[in-house]
Amino acid sequence: MAAALELDGVPTVAVHTHVFARLARATALANGMPRMRQSFVPQPVVDRTPDQLRGYIEGADPISKRPFVQEVIEGLTKPLDQEDLQGLSFERTTPRLLEPDSSENLHRLFFENHWTDFLPVVLPTEERVERMLKGTKLPADKVVGRLRPAVFREFWEFTVEKVAVNAVMAGARPEYFPVILALAASGVTARSSSTNSFATISVVNGPIRNEIGMNSGIGVMGPYNHANAAIGRAYSLLSQNLQGGSVPGETYMGSLGNWYAYSAAFAEAEERSPWEPLHVQKGFKPNESAVCVFFGGWYTHAGYGPRATWQEKMRRCLSAVEQYSPPLLVLDPIAACGFAELGFDKKQKLIDWCAENARLPAREYWDNQWIQYLNRPRAVAGVEPYASRLRAKPDDIIQIFEPEEINIVVAGGETQGAWKMISGALRGMASVDAWR
Amino acid sequence: MAERMKVHDPRGYPPKVTGKRLAPRLESLDGKTVFLVDCLFDNSDVFMDLMQRWFGQHLPSVKTRVIKPKETWADDTDMRKQIAANGSAAILGVGL
Repeated sequence: MAAALELDGVPTVAVHTHVFARLARATALANGMPRMRQSFVPQPVVDRTPDQLRGYIEGADPISKRPFVQEVIEGLTKPLDQEDLQGLSFERTTPRLLEPDSSENLHRLFFENHWTDFLPVVLPTEERVERMLKGTKLPADKVVGRLRPAVFREFWEFTVEKVAVNAVMAGARPEYFPVILALAASGVTARSSSTNSFATISVVNGPIRNEIGMNSGIGVMGPYNHANAAIGRAYSLLSQNLQGGSVPGETYMGSLGNWYAYSAAFAEAEERSPWEPLHVQKGFKPNESAVCVFFGGWYTHAGYGPRATWQEKMRRCLSAVEQYSPPLLVLDPIAACGFAELGFDKKQKLIDWCAENARLPAREYWDNQWIQYLNRPRAVAGVEPYASRLRAKPDDIIQIFEPEEINIVVAGGETQGAWKMISGALRGMASVDAWR
Repeated sequence: MAERMKVHDPRGYPPKVTGKRLAPRLESLDGKTVFLVDCLFDNSDVFMDLMQRWFGQHLPSVKTRVIKPKETWADDTDMRKQIAANGSAAILGVGL
């Protein structure tokens, strides 16, 4: 927004907290305005008292070490030089092939350039990439999509061949490639730079699951199947490399990080589920193959059931979720069949029950920085259901999710009637068949 | 000597960057209206209120107005028009 104001002819200073300094400057550079005036206050601003914030304003900019207000005022009044007036235009290119080198040196280069997940990768030789490309009929130069690490960053574009390069690096086989291409085409990055450390969880449905031997049984969410592991890892690697990086402090700001970001892809156990599969719920035909991408992985609750007190347990979990990130429930077939026997003969009935029972006092709901940041402006603008939630008295109990925000997937090995409730907003869906 | 391998670059294609000029700076803030844009991050409203107080106490000749975009992470063109029409400068914060 600061760049847009400058273009409107309004001299502007953007204030950030100091931990975002590298990211703020990189963003300004990518906007063609590297000399954009930016001033910094200490991190955090959230939860600081007015006295502490006043101290920030009256204190020093932690980056320049000069008085903060002096930086701001000079940013608006100090005359521009020639570089300020020109901005900076430049082309950034990435070559198709790297300079030939030894395997050892290339592995080092990939590590040092943050092109890996710090585990060994398979080097993407021309022969290996060529073999991967045989997993699809689509041409190598077809543009698959664009990704970026955050809404304020620029999109980078990529082709089928670039996706194949990353699929090779992850150790994927050519038969997995249509699934990987579908994930790449979903438009959702698996390496968001969000300070919330979001990752993605990918669910695969339809015939492709069995064709490529994906796991929907024992250890479905763990490292017990090559296709699951390689597809999830490929999605993660392609996201970071094709969007322009996932480098801490520059293109990644997740405070705690997220283990789901290594690899999180699995197949739904359609044949053992009492309900219709996820992709059919979302409009695909049963004989079509598709991927659904859930953005989250922030919290994970777990339980068993349903036993006599299942409702109390589920209500506790639903009220303990982060209210800005709706739940994805993964139910072992034993648990799913148990719910079906209780009368939840359709997934939607259980989803509706969860939505009705995900409740908090309005005071708690609104006392969340992301709810304040994301939902309060919508509430003020009269957008429902946020407006009604804002009108509620502080101690009124309000529903915090709509049914369409909650999803259920059936998977697991039936060694236990277990379930997990994972932070996961459905952000993207894509046909796998379109990429075969 | 180790065998030299030829491998692909795993990165995507970045967009071309087109340089954009900054707006001319003001000779002075005296008598000017500076918009303080609350970017809606938690506590940035308090921060901007304190900025407004700071200007009131230390540079009373500068007029300040706090303004908020309609939506988070969205370019509020109406708000920008209002700033351009009624203000001389803007301070955005806190956050990207």
